[in-house]
Amino acid sequence: MLLEINDIDISYGDKLTVQDFSLKLGEGKICSLVGESGSGKTTVIRAVLGLLPGAGKVTKGDILFEGNSLLQYSPAQWRELRGTDISMIFQDSGAMMNPTKKIGSVFVEYIRTHKNVSKAEAWDMGVKMLERMHLPNGDNVMRSYPFQLSGGMRQRVGIAMAMTFQPKLLLADEPTSALDVTTQAQIVRQMMELRDEYGTSIIIVTHNLGVAAYMSDYLVVMKMGQIEDEGTREHILYETENEYTQKLLAAVPSVGGERYV
Amino acid sequence: MFDEKDLVLEAKHVTRKFTVSGGRTLTACNDVSLNLYRGKTLGLVGESGCGKSTFMRLVVSLDTPTEGEILFNGTDITKLKGEQLRQHRQHIQMVFQDPTGSMNPKMKVRDIICEPLLNFGRISKSEKDAKARELLEMVELPGEFADRFPHNMSGGQRQRVAIARALALEPEIIIMDEATSALDVSVQKTVIELIAKLQKEHNIAIGFICHDLGLIQSFGHEIAVMYLGNIVEMFPAVDIEQCKHPYTHALMGAIFDTKMDFSKKIESIEGEPPSPLDVPPGCPFQNRCDKCMDICKQEKPTMVQVGPDHTVACHLFSGEVGA
Repeated sequence: MLLEINDIDISYGDKLTVQDFSLKLGEGKICSLVGESGSGKTTVIRAVLGLLPGAGKVTKGDILFEGNSLLQYSPAQWRELRGTDISMIFQDSGAMMNPTKKIGSVFVEYIRTHKNVSKAEAWDMGVKMLERMHLPNGDNVMRSYPFQLSGGMRQRVGIAMAMTFQPKLLLADEPTSALDVTTQAQIVRQMMELRDEYGTSIIIVTHNLGVAAYMSDYLVVMKMGQIEDEGTREHILYETENEYTQKLLAAVPSVGGERYV
Repeated sequence: MFDEKDLVLEAKHVTRKFTVSGGRTLTACNDVSLNLYRGKTLGLVGESGCGKSTFMRLVVSLDTPTEGEILFNGTDITKLKGEQLRQHRQHIQMVFQDPTGSMNPKMKVRDIICEPLLNFGRISKSEKDAKARELLEMVELPGEFADRFPHNMSGGQRQRVAIARALALEPEIIIMDEATSALDVSVQKTVIELIAKLQKEHNIAIGFICHDLGLIQSFGHEIAVMYLGNIVEMFPAVDIEQCKHPYTHALMGAIFDTKMDFSKKIESIEGEPPSPLDVPPGCPFQNRCDKCMDICKQEKPTMVQVGPDHTVACHLFSGEVGA
């Protein structure tokens, strides 16, 4: 098992936010966490990367990555892990970039933090990654500021950065919800290519059940901090008897489906 | 498809150009002609930057077109000024994408939804409480919400308040700019159901901006697809499966649906639309179209009728004129 989350509780201060959450993820698998806003999806994947904000803390259970308990890691060990073995894509990759720095300078700094290479080598690696993400003219993108790129391009830059060291586990927090439908389709396709090419395991947090169903092998439905329903895609879509899951599925608009007028 | 007597708003050949640095012009809307009918929803679909919001801003008189006219019950609203324009604003209201950003965080819900009524002297201050309650109940929220502040409510509840505010003046037209895209799917469904119900009760014309064809076909009557400032296809929402334009097909192909065939590869067009600053001559969609022909690079296609109430601007169908 690549990642094992065993029965964890997560609290912010005194407030218990996620309760009894367990998940096992093998290599090359894609798992989705779906649910409404505030159901604790993001909290779970942030806990995996040790990025809980403020007073957030795992108060019960354990998270094992390749058999090692992540919760015992020292800050230095975390730093080693983040961005190389596990990386993350955020909802708006533009917001995580420093607006006063060009993409290239951030990218080179990131690569040189984790790998002992010269600036020129790091630059070339960056360009190569950007072009692999279907960004035309990577050199040009490296010389741009985040605000000069469109939302879809910024998201691709975020994915390119996250994939530079071919992580074993990719965590994606609503990677497409700020994008147009056409760009969303391109990004989804690219993320699936990553799995096929590199065997990367992916946990994707989304409220778009259509995207979740298309991408994942396994789905977890969350409600108010707890697992409401889980199973393989076929189970969740066709066999589940859970009312909440069925309600969520019914809410996805589909062509040729329910009409209100 | 629609009864001509229900026509409330007619946009005729509307063009909006912006002057940008370097003496260049950006054409956000190019010769757009659309109609809104009482009790019907027009869905305007397209990617970011295609000009759909610019067009709707013209309809709400937040901006004036460079060319063309917009007729509301026969009067050209682009020529209105001063008090006349202020009075006219009662008839066309708007709901924005982000309900948090469109409400004053220091005002209570009661004041937010009654402000338009007070502005036009429709109610006196003493009637505010009762009216707020009535409007909240109309959007299926408890009347006690009148005492809340926007931050005490969830996104879906805030969007309901925004709808109540838009309905307060009993407008003939409501423009909704991606009104549900900030909401969860389950909340989106209930808000859409509410909009459809209120439309029937009040016989309102709705202009709904959206980039999800799957959503708009579920409650729209007519769909207009826009690309780089041009309308490329218009069809009745029930006929969505008969859409013809390659761009509409691409949008259809990008819909993720829980009932889809998962072994099928997602077919979506690559890349992004070119900058509206240098639109190529000929068809605006040429560089992303897999059916692009020589003529597409030289001549811009015009709208031709390909079925009842179904028009498309594409050279593939230019031969079918006269349907």
